[in-house]
Amino acid sequence: MDILEILMTASFWTAAIRIASPLIFATLGELICERAGVLNLGIEGIMVAGAFAGWMAVYSGLGLWPGVMVAFVVGMGFGLIHSILTVPYGLSQHVVGLGVTLLATSSTYYAYRLALPEVTSPPKIAAFQPYEIPVLSDIPLIGPALFAQTPLTYLAFIMVAIVAIILYRTPLGLAVRAAGENPQAVAAQGLSVTAIRMGAVMIGSGLMAIGGAFLTMSAFNSFFFEMVSGRGWICIALVVFGAWRPGKALLGAILFAAFDALQIRIQQTPLGAGIPYQVFLMMPYFLSILALVAMSRRAEVPAALMVPFNKGER
Amino acid sequence: MRLEPIVNPSLARTLAPPALAIAGTVVIASLLAMLAGANPFSVLGLILKGAFGSQFALLETLNRATPLIFTGLAVAVAFRARLWNIGAEAQLYAGALVVAILGAGLLDWPAILLLPTMAILAMIAGAVLLLIPALLKVRLGVDEVVTTLLINFIFLLFVSMLLEGALKDPMGMGWPKSARLIEEARLPRIIDGLRLHWGFGLALISAVIVWIIGARTTLGYEMRAVGLNREAAEFAGIPVSRVLIKTALLSGGLAALAGYSEVAGLKGSLTLDLSPGFGYTGIIVAMLALLNPLGVIAAALFVAGIFVGADSMSRAVGVPTYLADIMLATALLLMVVAILLTRFRVVRE
Amino acid sequence: MHHHKEAQVVLRLDQITKTFGALTANDAVGFTLHEGEVIALLGENGAGKTTLMNILFGQYTADRGTVEVMGRALPPGNPRAALDAGVGMVHQHFTLADNMTVLENVTLGTRPLWSLGQRRTAARARIVQLADDFKLSVDPDARVGTLTVGERQRVEILKALYRDARILILDEPTAVLTPQETTDLFETLRKAVALGLSIVFISHKLHEVMAISDRVIILRHGRVVHEGATGDTDPQDLAARMVGGEVAAPKAAPGTPGAPLLALSGVSTPDRGAAPGLKSLDFSLLAGQITGLAGVSGNGQGALADLIGGMIRPASGTLSLAGADVTSWTPRTAVQAGIARIPEDRHKTGTIADFDLTENAILEGYAGAPFSRHGWMNWSAAKAFSEDIITRYDVRCPGPTTRIRLLSGGNMQKLILGRVMEGEPQIILANQPVRGLDIGAVNYVHSQLLKARDRGAAVLLISEDLDEIMALSDVIHVISEGRLSPPFARGTMTPADLGVWMAGHGFVEAAHAS
Repeated sequence: MDILEILMTASFWTAAIRIASPLIFATLGELICERAGVLNLGIEGIMVAGAFAGWMAVYSGLGLWPGVMVAFVVGMGFGLIHSILTVPYGLSQHVVGLGVTLLATSSTYYAYRLALPEVTSPPKIAAFQPYEIPVLSDIPLIGPALFAQTPLTYLAFIMVAIVAIILYRTPLGLAVRAAGENPQAVAAQGLSVTAIRMGAVMIGSGLMAIGGAFLTMSAFNSFFFEMVSGRGWICIALVVFGAWRPGKALLGAILFAAFDALQIRIQQTPLGAGIPYQVFLMMPYFLSILALVAMSRRAEVPAALMVPFNKGER
Repeated sequence: MRLEPIVNPSLARTLAPPALAIAGTVVIASLLAMLAGANPFSVLGLILKGAFGSQFALLETLNRATPLIFTGLAVAVAFRARLWNIGAEAQLYAGALVVAILGAGLLDWPAILLLPTMAILAMIAGAVLLLIPALLKVRLGVDEVVTTLLINFIFLLFVSMLLEGALKDPMGMGWPKSARLIEEARLPRIIDGLRLHWGFGLALISAVIVWIIGARTTLGYEMRAVGLNREAAEFAGIPVSRVLIKTALLSGGLAALAGYSEVAGLKGSLTLDLSPGFGYTGIIVAMLALLNPLGVIAAALFVAGIFVGADSMSRAVGVPTYLADIMLATALLLMVVAILLTRFRVVRE
Repeated sequence: MHHHKEAQVVLRLDQITKTFGALTANDAVGFTLHEGEVIALLGENGAGKTTLMNILFGQYTADRGTVEVMGRALPPGNPRAALDAGVGMVHQHFTLADNMTVLENVTLGTRPLWSLGQRRTAARARIVQLADDFKLSVDPDARVGTLTVGERQRVEILKALYRDARILILDEPTAVLTPQETTDLFETLRKAVALGLSIVFISHKLHEVMAISDRVIILRHGRVVHEGATGDTDPQDLAARMVGGEVAAPKAAPGTPGAPLLALSGVSTPDRGAAPGLKSLDFSLLAGQITGLAGVSGNGQGALADLIGGMIRPASGTLSLAGADVTSWTPRTAVQAGIARIPEDRHKTGTIADFDLTENAILEGYAGAPFSRHGWMNWSAAKAFSEDIITRYDVRCPGPTTRIRLLSGGNMQKLILGRVMEGEPQIILANQPVRGLDIGAVNYVHSQLLKARDRGAAVLLISEDLDEIMALSDVIHVISEGRLSPPFARGTMTPADLGVWMAGHGFVEAAHAS
């Protein structure tokens, strides 16, 4: 099979959408944080925490959707830690973000080891199963890709719409965007910048955690170390690539995922067989750097991104 | 709530951050130890004993501190100029790679020539790796946090590729590792018979050199100015881009020395697990040291002690070693809060 | 202006006291505002006016004292409560999000955050109606970033009116307006009063205070030192009460012009966002003369200052220094060529807040003797230099190792002055040199500039304050839309004449004439 043939198979697009799903959740989460003016570098760690929390909840006997809620709440918790330090106290968003990633990752691994001390191969849970939407999933090529996915993937797409609507069509979204453009404007209209920014970071972190939970509850069905392996950082690039707009971020996620899906399949082709697999694994990261460079004419950056809000600066 | 700057912070206030961080870390560790069903006092005691309680432990700690001093210095130098170098991990491997390539017999030179040559080339390799994100930042405004992070992943895959291919040790029984270094490419021991190699000495010397650069040279002055207020520095005539590039070269070079020291001093060959995250831990070391080069030595010893001690404690009591990582993450976050509280007073409005 | 003696009291401040650390910003301040009245709150920089209004608007909480709006006590520290009670504030530094439209800025926060719709059509209609009623024409769907300063202020006012403000507080509203726009603003305010609003107008411009207000309240060092009807006083009286004595401004005798020290010929620069670039400028600075550059901010002054200061190079045209063409032009070469630059913003570009006085003093000169040699710093020479500046320029500070962020604005500016003047520079670029300073520091800076001129230096004074320009300059240019007017000699132009040029009209007429 050559590349064009691969692109024409339904299994390729199905894989692409599936791979994109955690990226969609996490990118939406980061997008919300940055729109409010806060860079959240805790994303990688929060995804790890979410992956473990969701899986652990199900392993302990909760249902799948309650498990997703648990992941969301855990994500919110780390978002709370991040935002308390960066918003009212105005600490360096870089350092706090990295600290949160480290804290989330290490406490997750610690909890995992405490919960399952003697385990060598990670135990499995009954993960989300694909749900085929009748009629629509029979459309050739895109039918299975878009309509025969797990419920969490459907949720991802719904979330894109919800976030877009809230951000652009509600007073709350207006306030969030204003907080990221000029927090003084928000304060002058009697709103609390602190509450808006902290709320945005917490909700965004919750979404990031669901992105991580997708990996253990929908893609694979167990938790292992090095599960997230840099997806969080790629999402930061995706936010820039999508110019802080939910719709574009969705397209970016699918594009990256398509590339990822492609590289697995290319290795089976005569073209791909001679190239070391590491080259293919490097591709998403290279792409991310290229995306950042391409978008470096940052006209659309939220103007107050990473600028702490000091009430009545003297 | 409002933050009001404190006019003349007392000495006690300035020393509070590290003290607070350590205290908080101890408290969190105790709680987590209890969660694991262990006695907090014995856990902490075992950590201390495992870190400093015997000659073996002490040497182990000093060995573990060596790469951390290098990466801590690398990060401190960069962060001081507000260049967020998160790529020390890749720069470390770049230095290690140079040693693995040159030191396995390619250059048949005496040690007195080979060791310094490898060091210089290692530094150049690390510098180049940071130069790319630095240039992207200076020319195009691309955020270096993400680019340096992504380069970490790319470079590690590159090293993995080489270790399974061109650099693979034919006598390695199939494991992906590089060929053993020749004797001339090994850093000698500081004291015969003890497991401490000259990498540690080099690290200490580097810290002093970095301190001198910062306090006594024009470059150090420029780096601090650029880090504190880039616009004012530019207005005054300081060549900001050039200063950032020089900072990147110095920072990348220092991180690479960590890899150089680990391969030429400790391990003798390059494997993929050479660094358990020294590059990232260097960030914690630098922050705990308040970005001060001499403080980096103390912070590196502290952090190394925690890791070495936790390893030993874990073998004895069974509490997962990740306790060390949690302790350091909390130390980092507490440190940052404490720094704020020493400079500002929180005023209720 | 009507004077409603028995009119309802809409606002009462009583015994307001506020301290920030050691600084007492407001000391038992109080006044009453009646319906339909315009009160001017007068005082120089640092007198406590903005702090008082921030307390009223809820951005700060007073240590003591009460605020009553329409007879009801206002809960402190709560901008929302102030807004709901009918207090609207037009801030000195506009609180607008540039990347969002006028409609979005005005409606921000006006509907509950949990409501689902934005009711944009109704909002748009209401804004158009208000704009009509109050003579504040603006396009609701325009992006604020594309508006002029005058238009942005209209949006600020609309924000308050949209929320049914009964009390309008304007903080230094005319600082950034042309004389024509000021007239328009006053018309809007008169309309507002006619419609039953009451106004507190903060300013330090005496003739505006005389023109618009019914009553004047003067603050000095945080205390009310005078309160009375505007009709009972005059500008001289007000000025004296503002500073507590005679205003001893330095006497600016005319300078004797010499050779051109800096010449720009056909210089153009690209546009920068909303600010226009320079358009084929011809310009000379003569020795022994103060050249004033008048104009509303955002008309190209920034580009001209950056150009002379070495921050940017012209897209076309030439610079020559004392006759010699200047090719490589960076801040460092500008410094080395003997151009002293006093930057517009001493906090952002003039000093490094966390550096101490010594480190700030050598910011421009560190790279050579005596402060460093072959890359090694000579800190004792640096310290001696900074101690010298501290003494000679009367910089009030604990010592040369104090971090400069702890100094007052005036003392920071004195350090900057000392740093750039020590070398007896031949060309001085003074960009808003007295912005935000108290009268003592203002006089000091002006006398230093005059001294420099008298020993033969060429001084370029860029200022938004027309009074300052007219008092000090030997020759005045007006800059508008990146174009430069011909030079006007001292005494030949009135503020109104200059205002015509500032609004861009003189250029059109001159173009027609030629």
